[in-house]
Order: sequence, then C-alpha cells, then structure tokens
Amino acid sequence: MPRKKIKIKSTIEYLSILDGKGKVDESLDPKLDSELLLHIYRLMLIARRLDERCINMQRQGRIGTYGPCRGQEAAHCAATVVMEPEDWVVHAFREPGSFYHRGWPLETVLKFWGGYEEGCEPPEGVNDTPIAVPITSQVPHAMGIAWAMKCKGENHAVLCYCGDGGTSEGDFHEAMNFAGVYKLPLVTLIQNNQWAISIPRERQTASETIAQKAIAYGFEGIQVDGNDPLSVYVATKEAVDKAKAGGGPTLIEAITYRLGVHTTADDPKKYRSDKEVAKWEKLDPIPRFQKYLVDRKMLDKASIEDIEKGVLVEVAAAVERYEACRDVDPLDCFDYMFADMPQELVEQRSEFAACLEREGIGLGH
Amino acid sequence: MSIIPATRQPESNTKSYPPSGSFDTVADGQDGGTSSMTMLTMVAALNRALDDALKNDDSVVLLGQDIGVDEGVFRVTADLLARYGDKRVIDTPLAEGAIIGGAIGMALYGLKPVAEMQFSGFAYQAFHQVEQHMSRFHNRTRGRYGMSMVIRMPYGGGIRAVEHHSESREAYYAHTPGLLTVIPSTPRNARALLLESIRHPDPVIFYEPKQLYRAFKEQVPDELEYMPLGKAQVVREGSDLTIISYGAMMRPAIEAAQDIAELDGASIEVIDLLTVSPLDTETIIESVEKTGRVVVVHEGPRTCGIGSEVVARIVERSLEYLEAPIRRITGYDVQFPYFARERAFLPNAERIAHGVREVLAFE
Repeated sequence: MPRKKIKIKSTIEYLSILDGKGKVDESLDPKLDSELLLHIYRLMLIARRLDERCINMQRQGRIGTYGPCRGQEAAHCAATVVMEPEDWVVHAFREPGSFYHRGWPLETVLKFWGGYEEGCEPPEGVNDTPIAVPITSQVPHAMGIAWAMKCKGENHAVLCYCGDGGTSEGDFHEAMNFAGVYKLPLVTLIQNNQWAISIPRERQTASETIAQKAIAYGFEGIQVDGNDPLSVYVATKEAVDKAKAGGGPTLIEAITYRLGVHTTADDPKKYRSDKEVAKWEKLDPIPRFQKYLVDRKMLDKASIEDIEKGVLVEVAAAVERYEACRDVDPLDCFDYMFADMPQELVEQRSEFAACLEREGIGLGH
Repeated sequence: MSIIPATRQPESNTKSYPPSGSFDTVADGQDGGTSSMTMLTMVAALNRALDDALKNDDSVVLLGQDIGVDEGVFRVTADLLARYGDKRVIDTPLAEGAIIGGAIGMALYGLKPVAEMQFSGFAYQAFHQVEQHMSRFHNRTRGRYGMSMVIRMPYGGGIRAVEHHSESREAYYAHTPGLLTVIPSTPRNARALLLESIRHPDPVIFYEPKQLYRAFKEQVPDELEYMPLGKAQVVREGSDLTIISYGAMMRPAIEAAQDIAELDGASIEVIDLLTVSPLDTETIIESVEKTGRVVVVHEGPRTCGIGSEVVARIVERSLEYLEAPIRRITGYDVQFPYFARERAFLPNAERIAHGVREVLAFE
C-alpha cells in the first residue's frame, strides 16, 4: 500500500496559425482552397453585418432582446463549415453564421429574436437543433444524437457549441462524461469569450484551461486561437475526422472575446474595462483573415468591396423577408404542442379562438 | 370488482377485469392470435411490454442506471440485456440529466428511447431537460422534430423505503404543457399502457406505482395489447357516488367502495383515471352527472394536486348536478414522512370510506 504518484496524461495542445496581425505560420497553414476560404470569410462577414443590423433593430423595437456574436465570427463560422449535411450541428445562441451556412434562411435569426417560433423551425433536410436559450442544456442532446449515430452504426458526427460559462453547468459534466464513456462521435466547441454576462472566465473555473477538462473525461482537448479561422477549422476538421474514424469525442476550447454586449439588455461597462475591450478589438478575426486572403491574392480591394456590398444586400433582403412575415396567427400556438392533440387542447383552442374573435385580434395583432 | 390483493381472491380478480372493449388487441403472429393468458405481477407485465417493444420495433432502446446487468433495481428489465444486447439495453453512468438529455438527442435522431429513472425522487436532476426540452421540441420546431420517448419511473409510498423514495409528484408533470402523464394500476393495464406510450408520437411520463409492483398478479394476454392514452376507465359501476382515483390508490378506493356497498348498501362508482394528463373529462363528467356525489383520492399533496384539477372541471361543467360538496382524500401538504409513519400517512380504505360516508350523508 504505497503512497505514490499516478501518471496521467497532462498536456493539451494549443494551436494558433494566423496571428492577430495577420501573420501566418507557414508550417501550420492548412492551405485550404480559395473557394472554402472565401466562403468562410463571407460567412464571417454575414454574421458581423447581420449582428450589427440586429442591434439596430433591437434599438428600434423591431426585434426583442438580441445576443450578438461580434468578435466570435471565426470561432463559430470556421467550425460549422467542416460538417457534412448528414452530420448534426447543435447550437447555443451566438452562432448566426452557422445557421446560415447550414441552410437556415438568414431571417431565421431575426425571427427567433423577434419573438417568433418560426425562428426555431429547421428547414427540411437540415439536421440541426435551433437556438437553445437555457445554458448548456443542449450539450446532452448533442451527446444523445452522437449516441444514436453510434447505436445505429452510422458514420456521422455532431458539432456542439457551448460557452465558457456553460462549462460550469452540470449538464456539461454529464454530457462530456457520457461522451467519454461511450466514445461518441461528438465535437464540443467551447466559445470561450471570457465573460458570462458579468462573470469573468477566472470566476467560472479554477482550471488553467477549459480544454484540459477533457483529460478527466478520457478524451482529447485542444485550445485554439478562436479568432483565427484557420486554427478553428483545422482543430474542428481533425476532431470530426477522428470522431468518424471511431476515435471518440474531442473538446475544443476556442479562445475568443465577446466584443459587444452579452445581450442588448446589459451594459458591459459595469463589469469590464474599455482598455480590455480595446486590446481584443485589435485581435478582431475579420481584418486578420482579410489580410491573409489579400496576401494570398484571393482578395483585392475590388473584391472586398463586392463581397461587402453583396453581404449588405443579402442582410437587407433578410430583414425585408422578416418584416413581411410578421403577421402570424396567435391561435396556432396550440397546433404544434402535440403530434396527436388531446381533446382538452382542442377545447382550449376553441375557447382561445372565441376570445380572439370577440376581442378582434387576428393576423397582424 | 376490479383490483383485489392477491392474498384475498386472486382468481375472481380476472373475471370482470378489465371492462370489455378497453383494450386494442393485436395478434403478434407468434401465437397466431390465440387468447392465451399468463398470470403476471406488474413488474413482470412491464417487463413483457418492454420485451414486446424491443422485439417489434428496432428503433426502441432502453437506457438507465442498472437496467442492464442488474436488470433494474426492481427487475423490470430482467433478461432484456441478454436478449437484445448492450446497444439496445444500455447501462448508463449515474446522471439523470444526461440520461434524459441523451434520450432527447436519441429521439431527435429517430430512435425511440425508453429511459428509466431509478426512483421518481431523483428525476428532479433531469427535470430541466423535461421542462425545457422534452416537452417543447415538437412545438418550438413547429412539428419538424417529433419527441416520441418515454420516461418510466417508480413513484409513491408503501414499500418502507428510505427518504426521497416515496413521493408522488405527478402534478409537476401534469402541470407541464407538452407531456402526457400515465399512471397504471394493474399488471394488465400497465403493460397495455406502456406499449401504447412507447408507440405514441408524443413524450410520455410513465409513473409506475411501485407499491403495486409485486402486490398482486393478474391475467395478462400473451398477445400484444394496447390501451389508449387519455382515457379513464369506469372500473366499478354505481349510482350513488363516484370515487375518482388512479395508481396505487385504486386498491383502497375499490376496497372502500366494496365495503360501503356491503355494509351501507350504497352503490359506488369507481373511476381509474389511468392518464392524469390530459384528463378524460368526459368520463368524469358522465359519472358525476349520474351520481351527483364525488370523492377524489390520491397519494400526492393536496394543493394543486391532480384532485384539484378534477374538482375544478366538475365544478366548471357540472355544478348543478352536485348534491354534496366534493371531498378530497389525499396526501397532506407536508413532506412524505419517513417509513415509520408512512402506513399511518397513506390514504387507506377506511379513510376513503369515511370520506365517502360523509359525502353520502350530506343533504
């Protein structure tokens, strides 16, 4: 009965390919083809411009509370592009670029934050879960989907988004633990944006990194520069390939920063300094990626402007489509409660219909 | 008479129960549709339902703590791991939230998970998944994703269990829109209701009265049998008063009805709700308008209990038919006592009969 050291695997990797100044580590550059790189760039720009538009629309009362993704475009856009249509993406709530890439109409995000359930309806053929508001409770679903893939012997994988604050929830531990035990094809990407509303990352966990939590669950963790789309892409691609080859789950910690508010309902000045924000503004993922693409002659001044214009047109069109769909029938809140509506609800629905008629409330209330 | 303890008259139990026409029987091919029956406890009947479901639908998977090698702490999943393997009968780590959260993911991917919570008293660690997701996915995705899954859990007192193993909290689930909450009361209806719950397209909380797991046996058909959800059963007809109950309280309720009939000569109707949400209002109202007097019985706490909803519906729909104030014989609004006090605490036939006599005596 000795008292001795137990050796455990105690290192995780950190990956940074494209630094804040747009300088690339040539030895690590995945040298992706220009079509994919420009797609990621455009996706990040869509997320940025939609985000800006949403904040304005919230201020104008055209949508409700909005949770922006400014600063986190690389962390989510460069990961979702790895996934095949048969794979699943399980979202949190700060990934508008992912929804768009996966085939959700751009106005879906507006609909959700605008107060319409229609913003949660995945288009036919899209295997994703909608925005999940309760923190981390979507992670067990991602684990369950990966579990079902394994039960059915299907060679797909799941990408799941979660935040740094979310790793404090019991659901994170439970889902990671199950994923490790059953060696599930699950890639969990933590967008460590440093703040969970007003609580800094240091107050969420005493762990030096979030990625190292994977070690205790028996699988690999990796920390990447989450503002570097190349690192996010490479880490996600390697993790997904490993998952599909039967190698089990991976935890990716993408170090990023929420440049904006948590939601339009809070004021970050109350809990963090302008100096800190200014530091991270310099690490913005979009300018560095633009520089990388310009250096590689995939972009020039004219094409940058073209893409910018195209993105603005697309965002404006999405806003128009959103505004055109705002007349909804309040009565249909009954219609999807059950696949097989109980008699009790049929009766309550009739009662509600009579109320609406009496009160003169209908479409466009 | 419908439900009698095996120690009293097990044979006569089978002759009049269940009322004909309540079950939808399907020959499963193996026995050619013969009407052979086997005497089973509720545990064995539930085991048979799970076996039937695993056999007949490849998408059905069972998951829970100790349901595989250990065959479930009450042995409801006996032999199933051996028969169907560990991809379909899955022993999980100890985490209720991930069992239900994982089952939700499985349902999204097209499997039909039947998750076991070892005791309902530990299902609160998964309640957020039930409330925030299981009950909502179909609605919030505008019907795009079905949520066909079942959570089985033993509930209720009467087995001298340790703290947190005896509560009846069906009202939490009944209060949650988007769920069906089913509570069987006999081996035969347990099997038929569980089979229906598993094939149902919507999420079902299947609340099992563990006091009845091995309390008595009943003839259960060997062929497949289904009972519709959301339908109550009149298990004893009468004209003077209606007792409305469900689950483990059905036995003392029927015993009370029999005693009153024998000793007082009053004719007591007894309704077994079977599904506590959505409630079968029609069956309740029809009976109340016939008898005009009502006693509601359940184990769970009184305030906002299932009885509160039953009474509210009767008052809304049939006030003018009532000949006496309604009585509720229920658990009180206190923590369920540790088992030294539980026999005294649980509603029994004598307590129910007393309430029935008071309501009958009201003029």
